[in-house]
Amino acid sequence: MTLKEVRDILHAEVLCGEELLDTEVRSACGSDFMSDVLAYVKNQALLLTGLVNPQVVRTAEMMDMKCIVFVRGKQPDEAILDLAQDRQLVVLATKERMYNACGLLYINGLRE
Amino acid sequence: MDDCITLTYQVEGGDLSHAGEASSGVKQALRKLGLDPSVIRRVSVCMYEGEINMVIHANGGTARVDVGLDDVTITLTDTGPGIPDIDKAMQAGFTTAADSVRDLGFGAGMGLPNMKKYSDEMTVESTVGVGTTVTMVVRIE
Ligand SMILES: Nc1ncnc2c1ncn2[C@@H]1O[C@H](COP(=O)(O)OP(=O)(O)O)[C@@H](O)[C@H]1O
Ligand SMILES: [Mg+2]
Repeated sequence: MTLKEVRDILHAEVLCGEELLDTEVRSACGSDFMSDVLAYVKNQALLLTGLVNPQVVRTAEMMDMKCIVFVRGKQPDEAILDLAQDRQLVVLATKERMYNACGLLYINGLRE
Repeated sequence: MDDCITLTYQVEGGDLSHAGEASSGVKQALRKLGLDPSVIRRVSVCMYEGEINMVIHANGGTARVDVGLDDVTITLTDTGPGIPDIDKAMQAGFTTAADSVRDLGFGAGMGLPNMKKYSDEMTVESTVGVGTTVTMVVRIE
């Protein structure tokens, strides 16, 4: 699935990384606990979270992820977006709740 | 160990907003050196969890990363409160972190277990009232 498709499925707003939307992702992870995200050794390209702080970007960076999706209409501040931009991460924001956002991506084929 | 390169960082304590800068610096340096991406990721996670611990539990410290031909050694040293029972601290889910830390996405008691899992060797030396030194070795296959 491309990040463009992720955006469309979640009716998400693109907050940064517009130019990277053709990136393919095959796996995702949803959590508000960063140590949970860090605990899985496998490749995870997409991080869905309701947590909004710079550590979300750091965690995504450490795990070589491609995209962060902020759920429940959360809006990151400028500092967070600057950091994400610098790390070449796509940032999306959706009004969907975590459960729905994960479910929507799952039924549309993002199953890893 | 044949050291090729040593990186050192000062990690500030207090608020979490800058935590991870040292880990990010290491990650970029290892990329430039052309290390295997999976080795880089393991080093990154070990260092990042350790860096977060120094910030939230020990009011900062120093990080030293020795990149050798066969392995990467991370040494995190602080002069914080120390860990009274290391075995207990190593258990998954054990934490003394405040709720304010949990609201930031950490403090689930998974840091030390993650560091152990991602490193090939890990030692924790700690003296209450003096400080803590965590050493982790990640082998380059
Ligand atoms: N550098 C440190 N200095 C003092 N105490 C520490 C340090 N690192 C870890 N600890 C203690 O070990 C516990 C477990 O650490 P960890 O597994 O990383 O979980 P968490 O950081 O989520 O609490 C911490 O809650 C803290 O009591
Ligand atoms: Mg920790």
